[in-house]
Amino acid sequence: MTTSSAWLTSLPPGLLLILGGLLLPLFRGTLRPALVLLLPLAVLALVWQVPNGVVLSVPFLDYTLEPLKGGTVGRLFATVFAIMAFAGGLYGLKQARLLEQAATMVYAGGAIGVTLTGDLISLFVFWELMALASTVVIWCGGTQTAYRASMRYVLLHLLGGVILMTGIVGHVVATGSITFEAMRLDSIAHWLILIGFLVNAGAPPLSAWIPDAYPEASPSGTVALSAFTTKTAVFALWVGFPGADILVWVGLYMIFYGIIYALLENDMRRILAYSIVNQVGFMVAGIGLGTELALNGSAAHAFAHIIYKALLLMSAGSVLLMTGRRKCSDLGGLFQSMPVTTVCGIIGALSISAFPLTSGFVSKSMISQAAADQHLALIWLLLAAASAGVFLHAGIKFPWFVFFQKDSGLRPPDPPHNMRIAMWFFSFLCIGLGVFPQPLYALLPYPVDYVPYTFDHVVVQLQLLLFAGLAFFVMLPQLKRTRTVSLDVDWLYRRALPRTMGILSPLAHGLQRINAWLTERLPAALYHALERGRAGRVLDRPQSIGMVVLGTTLILCVYLLIDLLS
Amino acid sequence: MRKPRRHWITQPRAIRALWIIFIAVLALTVAPDFFLHRHAEFGIDATFGFFAWFGFIACVALIVVAKVLGVILKRKDTYYDH
Repeated sequence: MTTSSAWLTSLPPGLLLILGGLLLPLFRGTLRPALVLLLPLAVLALVWQVPNGVVLSVPFLDYTLEPLKGGTVGRLFATVFAIMAFAGGLYGLKQARLLEQAATMVYAGGAIGVTLTGDLISLFVFWELMALASTVVIWCGGTQTAYRASMRYVLLHLLGGVILMTGIVGHVVATGSITFEAMRLDSIAHWLILIGFLVNAGAPPLSAWIPDAYPEASPSGTVALSAFTTKTAVFALWVGFPGADILVWVGLYMIFYGIIYALLENDMRRILAYSIVNQVGFMVAGIGLGTELALNGSAAHAFAHIIYKALLLMSAGSVLLMTGRRKCSDLGGLFQSMPVTTVCGIIGALSISAFPLTSGFVSKSMISQAAADQHLALIWLLLAAASAGVFLHAGIKFPWFVFFQKDSGLRPPDPPHNMRIAMWFFSFLCIGLGVFPQPLYALLPYPVDYVPYTFDHVVVQLQLLLFAGLAFFVMLPQLKRTRTVSLDVDWLYRRALPRTMGILSPLAHGLQRINAWLTERLPAALYHALERGRAGRVLDRPQSIGMVVLGTTLILCVYLLIDLLS
Repeated sequence: MRKPRRHWITQPRAIRALWIIFIAVLALTVAPDFFLHRHAEFGIDATFGFFAWFGFIACVALIVVAKVLGVILKRKDTYYDH
């Protein structure tokens, strides 16, 4: 008994979820939903069995991998990832395709794997596994648009992976260590690692993949996607680059990018996708500030954000499932027939806006307080403006245009009970964490000396948010929805590049013909000219030239092998 | 097709009542600034109703910026379809 439990606790919990996902198709009947729901809970229990420090080390080439290493911040992220895997599984229990359920489990397992590794190589393996599994999740959207978005998504993430890998190799060559720990931005390798992390965080200039790909997945797929990739990147930045000044500005850019693009957007799930960039921006800025309060704030905000953003997307996904519509201009008035979806959507909207008594209030304010403590007036003012802007673009815009606005005449019922229960569960957590933040604060890496509920803080937050609300309703005519998309950097690879290729391809075709003439027709003509002069030997025949090249290549390969092995 | 019945909350009278309540709540949140001297970090945040007017102006500014950028950035939502 002890040996078997020891064996289980030395196995990375993420790996267990990955295996569960891979084996899911083998389970039938009631066993399959049982696995989807219970395995994340079992993994959550195992995450809490992982002590601080290296638990499992595996020799690999000249290095020692540490695929299981406990730490406070890793435990916090792994905890919320496991909770998310459970609630996401519940939300899609009846509706999601088997492939999507399996891929989501692998995806969540990869995310948990990243947060509990001690070395860069294991991190990279889990990191890439997430990229592949999340691509399959997008695929399961089932439309041609989803397929094409998933291909753009995977290419971008493989590019990010190559950049990250190059950085890791450079780091290992320079330091001889594969340990994943805080790095300084003092070498190209470290910059590459930072860029690799930032690609997954949705940082500029490549933020567009989030609103491009995520909203094309199924209702439950988008919920899962919103949680793992960007927050794993936040975790990696938290551990790898705390206090890197550039992250403050990267984060602020993301915050305002998310608000502006969300204000322009018409598709309800794309509005929420832009707001992921916005919220991750707060976390990235907090990591850049780098004080204990700011780092605590970023970690707490990631925890709270995963829950309320999933809740918002569950609400939007329910609307999509029941109406088949995704554009604000086609929706409105749904509060009359979808009360549960409306109430849960509003709870998510209040949480993302950091209303008192919700989870966003107890987490986000730590980041702006950290800026105030460091007397960074400009950054503090920008964060305050951004907090008002969050209420504007997500807090009111999403519920208003979907559930109220005009009467679209649609009267769909609330979604099936498994989806409703998942929404109630996350609504409960949003308010629970807002009212009793102590359990969340106890999970944070640094001691918490922060009291969110002072009269002053509650009053100023209400002033900020309610007057932002006033601005929304005063400016409502300016916010009228248009059937448009907004150009972004993805225009370069979705429009400019294909068009340029279209112009260049006749040119390329011409070059090909010149090349063919130089390499085939010309040698053949020369050969025939020479052959007329003498009897052909074996090597003089054109087809034999290929044989010689092949032979030479083989010999070189053997040399290379001998050299490597000796 | 039968026109759906209007919910009571969408009646003009209800909307007017909601506006009155909303404005009353807005006034209530600014009221403490009359007698409370907030601990200010930077000076500007000590001004009367700072978070109220700052939040309002910030949001109006964000909407205006989005509107202006929209002129350049917006395309028909079928733009990428072909």
